[in-house]
Amino acid sequence: MKYVDEFRDPERARRLVAAIEGLVADIPTCRERPLYIMEVCGGHTHAIFKFGIEGMLPEEIELVHGPGCPVCVLPMGRVDDCVALAETPGVIFTTFGDAMRVPGSRKSLLQAKAEGADVRMVYSPLDALAIARRHPDREVVFFGLGFETTMPATALTILQAEREGIRNFSVFCNHITIIPTIKAILDSPDMQLDGFLGPGHVSAVIGTRPYRFIPEVYRRPVVIAGFEPLDILHALWRVLVQIRDGRPFVENQYRRVVREEGNPSALAAIERVFELREFFEWRGLGSIDHSGVRIRDAYARFDAERRFSIPALKIADPRSCQCGEVLKGVLKPWQCKVFGTACTPETPLGALMVSSEGACAAWYQYGDLDRVMEARA
Amino acid sequence: MSEHRDLLAERRRRLFEVAAGRVTLAHGSGGKAMHELLEALVVPTLGDAELARMDDQARLDPGTLEAGARLALTTDGFVVQPPVFPGGDIGRLAVCGTVNDLAVGGAEPRALALALVLEEGLELAFLERILTSARAAAEEAGIAIVAGDTKVVPRGACDGLFVTTTGIGLLAPGCDLGPHRIRPGDRLFVSGPLGDHGAAVMVARGDMALEVEVRSDCAPLWDLVRHLRAEVPGLRCLRDPTRGGFATTVVELARGSGLAFEIEEAALPVRDEVRGVCEILGLDPLYLACEGRLVGVVAEEDVPRLEAALSAHPQAAGGGLVGRVVEGRPGRVVMKTAFGGRRIVDMLIGDQLPRIC
Repeated sequence: MKYVDEFRDPERARRLVAAIEGLVADIPTCRERPLYIMEVCGGHTHAIFKFGIEGMLPEEIELVHGPGCPVCVLPMGRVDDCVALAETPGVIFTTFGDAMRVPGSRKSLLQAKAEGADVRMVYSPLDALAIARRHPDREVVFFGLGFETTMPATALTILQAEREGIRNFSVFCNHITIIPTIKAILDSPDMQLDGFLGPGHVSAVIGTRPYRFIPEVYRRPVVIAGFEPLDILHALWRVLVQIRDGRPFVENQYRRVVREEGNPSALAAIERVFELREFFEWRGLGSIDHSGVRIRDAYARFDAERRFSIPALKIADPRSCQCGEVLKGVLKPWQCKVFGTACTPETPLGALMVSSEGACAAWYQYGDLDRVMEARA
Repeated sequence: MSEHRDLLAERRRRLFEVAAGRVTLAHGSGGKAMHELLEALVVPTLGDAELARMDDQARLDPGTLEAGARLALTTDGFVVQPPVFPGGDIGRLAVCGTVNDLAVGGAEPRALALALVLEEGLELAFLERILTSARAAAEEAGIAIVAGDTKVVPRGACDGLFVTTTGIGLLAPGCDLGPHRIRPGDRLFVSGPLGDHGAAVMVARGDMALEVEVRSDCAPLWDLVRHLRAEVPGLRCLRDPTRGGFATTVVELARGSGLAFEIEEAALPVRDEVRGVCEILGLDPLYLACEGRLVGVVAEEDVPRLEAALSAHPQAAGGGLVGRVVEGRPGRVVMKTAFGGRRIVDMLIGDQLPRIC
């Protein structure tokens, strides 16, 4: 298939793996411990598992699956708020598909739907707006979720709703920003990462400049990568080149999509509709300053948080859950105490078990589970 | 005869006229309206003499049964949404699904029963279209619909129409296909491209406004099964990978045989259109339903016979070997990815949900 197979060519993959192996031999650190390289984005995590990339790499490289799955980092209290909104009489609650299964403290949206709440899966906020047009007698709430990747679409939908004078549409805004989160991970005391694969789609919006602090302040390489398996191998190779040369910088492997300045019109839409929150709660990572956005006062009537009374309770993560350590790369998914026992994709305790982009769910689905269970027994 | 046809056409016209072209609760009441629906539309459309007796049961001639022959019985409910999709509809699907469930066990389909649950307000012309399609599929499979039932539920109590089919088939003496016969070294094969039905239905739902021509593979498979049984003595086991798709079926085979399977992703036939739909929606084609494909296991020494048999049958175009059975952790399925990696293949947890980004 054109534009897909070119990026999945096994022969090129073999050549890249050979190049990576060659570099590993040149990096002295590798003689003492593995190199820890974090892929920030959940889309990368998914591709790494789907194509079996981890098993192709030399043992000296350990991939750490980062926090870039917006579904996974959503705190339980926020899911409860979604359920409360969905159960409000007259509301049609619209959401992206993979948010449906995220457990709240009492139930998920999927369970709320089964109990009679009108929860509908959409592929775009514009679909939610279309539902609002079709049902002027109902309140349609869109669950705005995701990093800068999905933020522009939400912003443009709010602008569109304003232009059309639609009065029964609002957004429950849970959009988050990636940069403060990477910074929080870099600042955590047990951090031991050697480099980053930068997110591809987020960078298509924000560009490459916002990552400069990573090489400049923290002396770590960042290579922004595409989502095809050759992109990922290529970007890993570039991270290793930077490590070997001892010259970290922000490199753009995903040049067919990402520009240095990002996407100015998408950024303008974000700027117009959203403003930074002082702090935002992340599942597993706790509260991170300026890591979330809310809807500006000028668009308050499209803000579900102001339009409805929302419980907004803070619910602590289950105590046994070690999502935070896994997110920071301190633990591998299967090293968590409850992985595969109390926490499975059927009954997820932690967020990383929920979405197929979550490190734990990906590991559970694609990893060598039996061997882990046997080793632990 | 033509007088009878004219009379029937007149009754059909009156049925449509009286009900303003739609199914009403009266059509399920057991009274005159129901009899008109059955006699003027359902029975003549399905067109079987045994059905036309309108008795409480169909009576079948078992023929001469060889010693050791057995009967096979299966039933399946169909609720597909939308009820019409490129390559088929709920009528065709209901017939093929049950015929294939018999066929993959090696049973020759002999007769079908078909039960309808209709939603009040369903268009009679639409019902007629679905029944016409069911009959055509039954004729294609060489089987008759000999018994049936029709119920009507209030608007909102079902989604248009639900169809349940029950099939009875004949297993020849000694026919024993199943995962218990699978041995290490055996080879895994498929009879054609994977995921066509699942992709066609998803596109037909129209949520994504995708403009792509994917047709469901929905087809009766008995003829292909008979052909393979005759040509390939080392056939161990057959399955039709419907819900859960190819991946789920292989995991079932691995669990049922207590052996491990290795799949070659590069060998798996998936149409570009289906791959494209999956790439856009973030789905995995290996979990999409097929309704006209076989997944099977064959003894290694019979691989040449299998390959010849597949290439000789029009319903097996694009089929071939896709993996092997190995000693290993029971139930384990590993896929060598086309990219050069390896990953575990397991059943899905819940539905495939499209990913955000």
